[in-house]
Amino acid sequence: MDNGQQAGNGVSKTACCVIHVPDGAIAEICERFGNDKHRMLDILREVQDRFQCIAPATMDRIAEETGLTRIEVEGVASFYSFLSLQPKGRITIRLCDDIVDRYAGLEAVTAEFEDVLGIRIGETSPDGAVSLEYTPCIGMCDQAPAAMVNDVVLAGLTAETARQAAEAIKAGKRPEDLVSDRFSTLSPHERAVRMVDNNIRHAGAVLLGPVPEDVGLSRAVSITSAQIISTIEDSGLRGCGGAGFTTGRKWRFAAAERAERSFVICNADEGEPGTFKDRVLLTERPHLFIEGMTIAARAVGAKEGILYLRGEYVYLRELLEQVLEERRRRGLLGKEILGTRNFDFDIRIQMGAGAYICGEEGALISSCEGLPGEPKTRPPFPVNRGYLGYPTVVNNVETFCHAARILDQGASWFHEMGTEGSHGTKLFSVCGDCLNPGIYELPYGHSVRELLEMVGGQDAAAVQVGGPSGTMIARDSFHRKLTFDDLATGGAIIVFNGQRNVLEIVEYYLSFFVHESCGYCTPCRVGNVFLQKAIQKFRKGLANPEDIDYLKDLSGTIIETSRCGLGMTSPNPVLSTLENFPLVYSAMTKPGKDGIRDTFDIQSAIDGARKIAKRRSYIFDRDFTQ
Amino acid sequence: MSDAAQADLPRARIATVSLAGCFGCHMAILDMDERLIDLMKLVEIDRSPLTDKKRFTQRCDIGIIEGGCCNEENVHVLQDFRRNCDVLIALGQCAIMGGLPAMRNAIMHSDEPLRECLDEAYITGRYIRNTTHNVPNDPALPLLLDEVYPCTQVVEIDYQIPGCAPEGDFIYDTLLKLLTGRFRGFERDKIKFD
Repeated sequence: MDNGQQAGNGVSKTACCVIHVPDGAIAEICERFGNDKHRMLDILREVQDRFQCIAPATMDRIAEETGLTRIEVEGVASFYSFLSLQPKGRITIRLCDDIVDRYAGLEAVTAEFEDVLGIRIGETSPDGAVSLEYTPCIGMCDQAPAAMVNDVVLAGLTAETARQAAEAIKAGKRPEDLVSDRFSTLSPHERAVRMVDNNIRHAGAVLLGPVPEDVGLSRAVSITSAQIISTIEDSGLRGCGGAGFTTGRKWRFAAAERAERSFVICNADEGEPGTFKDRVLLTERPHLFIEGMTIAARAVGAKEGILYLRGEYVYLRELLEQVLEERRRRGLLGKEILGTRNFDFDIRIQMGAGAYICGEEGALISSCEGLPGEPKTRPPFPVNRGYLGYPTVVNNVETFCHAARILDQGASWFHEMGTEGSHGTKLFSVCGDCLNPGIYELPYGHSVRELLEMVGGQDAAAVQVGGPSGTMIARDSFHRKLTFDDLATGGAIIVFNGQRNVLEIVEYYLSFFVHESCGYCTPCRVGNVFLQKAIQKFRKGLANPEDIDYLKDLSGTIIETSRCGLGMTSPNPVLSTLENFPLVYSAMTKPGKDGIRDTFDIQSAIDGARKIAKRRSYIFDRDFTQ
Repeated sequence: MSDAAQADLPRARIATVSLAGCFGCHMAILDMDERLIDLMKLVEIDRSPLTDKKRFTQRCDIGIIEGGCCNEENVHVLQDFRRNCDVLIALGQCAIMGGLPAMRNAIMHSDEPLRECLDEAYITGRYIRNTTHNVPNDPALPLLLDEVYPCTQVVEIDYQIPGCAPEGDFIYDTLLKLLTGRFRGFERDKIKFD
């Protein structure tokens, strides 16, 4: 995932020898996951957690145990940003480096951590105690700046609280102790809400209002799978992850496949910067989305399910394990659910490891299979041939929650909410420059202006709808409606006031895509770097008017020639601001003089040679000896 | 093209130069063979290695650039061309993309890529016989740039003729079309190399 940006990734032999990894421990970890190559990500995460590093010798050993080649293991280990080939500290502090965090005072927070710990971003303390690094959005934009300290989340940091936390870590306190002195006595749910505020500002009728337990599931076992699917189809439910595919059709396709096994996967890898709705559902409605998964399993005849939880939400893992266990105990998961013959279904949790691309359906399946999170070529679609080649339904957390409620309340109840083509309610995660950032459950069809009034963001000058891969709109478009047909969104609404620099935001989002591109398609791997450089040119005031055409051309090429959604949407920050903020761009361009490029700086270009030759340039430097 | 049409046109002034290239593109110009005589009815050549004129004698209509910029002199000359020519044509892959010399841009994971490159070329390389063990540093040698730049990053370029080197016929046809205002872009099979 780092595309080799971490210099010398492969040559860490000397450094890694510091940590002694007993051979038996690796064998034991592999054994625990059945020496299964498809559980590679779990194996590597475990090794990383215990030894803070995946050393070359370790990779050899893992390859031996799982029957893979060394390079395949290294391919996975080097792909995910939470796995490290260099030794990390026993405590890794990851500061969330989203644009919202930057505007909320990340710089001051970083300064405190660096000052107290005596290391800079990207460094590990010499005694191997602490590592400090930046990470893209960790899903806490409503309480920025935020940080992860190993598995613990610190939200709403200020310079003072950051200094306290850093001092406590330096004094040798465990990360849990930063949350509460009696952490071990708290329940998993208490721990989660103690760390992260859920900020539910508006509860709607479907998800965040009162929800009766497992009524939908009881109804699902009383009808046939065909009836379940037609109920979901009649409700008009569309996927809530961003793409908006009709859920009922997806289930129907999967159900139509004849196969020995099939799978239901819940996509809880919400990596889109500014999105944190799934975090709230996972914390407050865990039973509901698992109920939805169970219903989907009955509809398509799946016996196995996977919950793909993003690495940043590891603090919710305990809570979710507990919920799964409880449901198994109550006969809501496992063999013969609710006493129904031939209805077996169980779920395992697959932890991610810090890769945005894994939110893409194909990449998510690759990741579950223990491979680097690279998207798959479509067709075949996952509903036909997905996880391990079997039919697989992948839906977002919110979609499963909706499905469970639809089975409970009926298709027409859901269909009547929202607008034509966009039925039901949607969770909007609002953050940025507004008074009340948090979660709003609203029926589809509200205008952006109405939403801004609700959240206290009346002085907004720009709103990013749907995260970086969505659309950025200006004041003249605030009348537009939040529906699939107008402004489609996976839920992220980021508000920027008039003091924010649009081009700075665009450049940040491009740097995010540069970091998160899996590198498979050249136009995405290279093109996004070029886009970012071109925007830097604009920011420095060195752009010519024809550079605007270059931006459009290059964006078009990236969109057309990338195989997954990342490349198809990564130029959106550029294209949507070009369309909605044209004056920002034209104000930053000026025609070149005499056809000489202002962007080429001869002085910096010859500086290195001047030092090597130890003399001035006889062409471009003045002679001061005269 | 008829002789009458040719007679109506004033002869265009052309200047050419080889920067960080191998001179292959200039050889390709000569590869037009006897058609050079036809071409000379339409143009006269000012500053160029072909005439051995080292300076512009007057403003030119067209400047043809071979090679990218690897040192300060290349930059100086290219900027001079931009100031003295109405239209600039980048001829060949080095001028357009940096070409073979730009391979040194691939030395990236080094704190001092330029020094590393020079050391390998003059001191540490396996097949080097350099008894002085020094990197040449005569004051007459222009300073190298930190990397090799394609022409379009240094000045605005109006047209590009791709190829390594472009065929003589291709250069001839393109120049002829440009001179008579009939250039409408290249045929697809001319710019497709696989």
